[in-house]
Amino acid sequence: MTVASPNDFQDSLQPQGWLRYFSFSLDHKVIGIQYLVTGFLFYFIGGALAGVIRAELASPISDFVSRETYNEVLTLHGTVMIFLWIVPVVNGGFGNYLIPFYVGARDMAFPRLNAVAFWMIPPAGILLIGSYFITGAAQSGWTAYPPLSLTTPALGQVVWIVSVLLLGGSSIFGGINFIATVLKLRRPGLKLMQLPMYCWAMLGTSILVVLSTPVLAGTLLLLSFDIVAHTGFFNPALGGNVVVYQHLFWFYSHPAVYIMVLPAFGLVSEILPIHSRKPLFGYTTMVYSILAIVVLGLVVWAHHMFTSGTPPWMRLFFTIATSFIAVPTGIKFFNWLATLWGGKLALNSAMLFSCAFIVNFVFGGITGVALAQVPFDIHVHDTYFVVGHFHYIVYGGTVFVIFASIYHWYPKFTGRMLNEDLGRLHFLLTFVGFNLCFAPQHWLGLNGMPRRVAEYDPSFTTLNQISSVGALLMAISSLPFLYNVLVSAFKGQVAGDNPWNALTPEWLTSSPPPVENWIGAAPLVEHPYGYGVDEDALSVEAATGRDLWSGTGRR
Amino acid sequence: MTSLATSTSAAEAVTAEGHEGHADLRLFGLATFLVADGMTFAGFFAAYLTFRAVNPLPEGSTYELELLLPSINTMLLLVSSYTFHRSGRNLLLGQMGPCRAWLLLTAGLGAAFLAGQMVEYFTLPFGLTDNLFASTFYALTGFHGLHVTLGVICILLVWFQTRNGGRVTSAAPFGLEAAELYWHFVDGIWVVLYGILYLL
Repeated sequence: MTVASPNDFQDSLQPQGWLRYFSFSLDHKVIGIQYLVTGFLFYFIGGALAGVIRAELASPISDFVSRETYNEVLTLHGTVMIFLWIVPVVNGGFGNYLIPFYVGARDMAFPRLNAVAFWMIPPAGILLIGSYFITGAAQSGWTAYPPLSLTTPALGQVVWIVSVLLLGGSSIFGGINFIATVLKLRRPGLKLMQLPMYCWAMLGTSILVVLSTPVLAGTLLLLSFDIVAHTGFFNPALGGNVVVYQHLFWFYSHPAVYIMVLPAFGLVSEILPIHSRKPLFGYTTMVYSILAIVVLGLVVWAHHMFTSGTPPWMRLFFTIATSFIAVPTGIKFFNWLATLWGGKLALNSAMLFSCAFIVNFVFGGITGVALAQVPFDIHVHDTYFVVGHFHYIVYGGTVFVIFASIYHWYPKFTGRMLNEDLGRLHFLLTFVGFNLCFAPQHWLGLNGMPRRVAEYDPSFTTLNQISSVGALLMAISSLPFLYNVLVSAFKGQVAGDNPWNALTPEWLTSSPPPVENWIGAAPLVEHPYGYGVDEDALSVEAATGRDLWSGTGRR
Repeated sequence: MTSLATSTSAAEAVTAEGHEGHADLRLFGLATFLVADGMTFAGFFAAYLTFRAVNPLPEGSTYELELLLPSINTMLLLVSSYTFHRSGRNLLLGQMGPCRAWLLLTAGLGAAFLAGQMVEYFTLPFGLTDNLFASTFYALTGFHGLHVTLGVICILLVWFQTRNGGRVTSAAPFGLEAAELYWHFVDGIWVVLYGILYLL
């Protein structure tokens, strides 16, 4: 690790002041940070809502909040965490910051569209959160299934729809930008199969966003007609069909799971090789398994609807298709394990969170394969087993990777390192709290505790209390994290340009990078994972004439 | 490590040409957006076809629709795609007069389509909330009509921009090309819509 000596020429090119983060900036790095910080604000709001849920469920009767409030809190928690935290952060946040570096560009393909996409998020979030205080929030869960969403208070539901439409629009604009950037903005000489894996993950994710999000938008438009104009698309009393809503909703919302986890797969594929000092194992299979997940992810949605009167042929098809997804996903996991195998592992916070991601996600993936089997699914449908499974995927999977990525890229964002001791404390509390919170929910579900209820049978009390203690630990775990990211920005150890001795292009510039990413031409990185191989053969140096290892000694 | 960021290399500089210092990707972006927009319609079509397959209409309601007016409307839109194409060709040849004339004709055809749609709405025997088919009919044609309206506005905007000294020229044809791509897309959607809503 070296101390970067300040460079006057470079500094003069940096946009000055924190105010730019509140501006309509077109710089992809500023927009990336805007996404990240906004996302984390909503994460803490969504976390507080989860705290209310777990406090209520610490006892079998509804004593902490009323049932209506519980429904509102539950709906807001799901919507905030999915649409305002995970999707914007793993796509918009890291995507905007990293993708232009990875393709060797100075910005995204459409910088203005990019800024517009970000600035659709704060109004949507304020609308959603504000609805709780002003009109009463929606009460029908993040799925907004009719007829429930038609019978709960209409105003809150309509505000919810408007908010989700805004967020969906933002997501589509972002997706268009990523597709154009990855496919069309690559630096001359850089081939598709030389891109860092996160580019492939974002390409796949963006294809899913562009193909599936508009279907949700159309569906919510029809739902709003049902609420406002009293049409009967999804209202059985008026001759409508609720199952059509479920099909259309899950046509988006199942791919949405991949929109949340594929970018995390990409990010972890960047982190593991660097901290194991080994090339990413099985690059080509990784690419094709991402593409396979994109294709399969579009044809498995009805596994959410096995109890919705789906005919046997449909159950059979969707069971088989869903089970198939385990194959490309499994390939990726074996690739990551093989990447770690025999590597020179640095067990820092980024690595701890990444390895925990592998553990958590495998567990969530196995329960996912179990849920794809109709006989099992019918038994646990709409129980806490599903809640446990989902959180192992989305929290144990994606959120762990988000934290790993913060520890990994914070030095690039700010030019300073995070404190490792606090990072490990954060990891320990999160890992223990997370498993304590969500593992018992599988037992609860198997024993028949339904989800989305404020009250339950007293025999479920002990497991629920364990779960609530886990939630409390998770809440406490954010304290060292918050302190770390806030204080390290000013007092952290100076990171230097490339504290991890990484080969991917974002590390081949200063920390934080200048406005147009590089002074001079963008480096051509043909082997982004060339760790441990003969460094003289690495074309980064050959092509750019830069000595990557100067001042740090060879590892 | 500072040598990294400051070292001047002889590597090639990306030549700054086109939009924002790189090739013009705006049509590519628009095409991607139209894929997304098409998926919204695809969702509507899927919903409509499913409703039609599994939800019986109440007694006395019918799927039968008057065919003459919508068929004329279909012809209008198909012809308008051709006139827009002619306008685009004239623009690339630098013939601004014919280009603008074809544009106006296209906008006129689009407006005529909308007028025909209005006439149909006012003569139909059912209203928005009468039954599931009625609701779906108005949702589909209304959402498409919204697209046509936006298209006509865009065409008029482009017509204004092709004036002498405007920003759309044969050297900078993006505005017209984008409107044309969008217009063909809206026409294509109508053909599908006409097929499944009126003919099926």
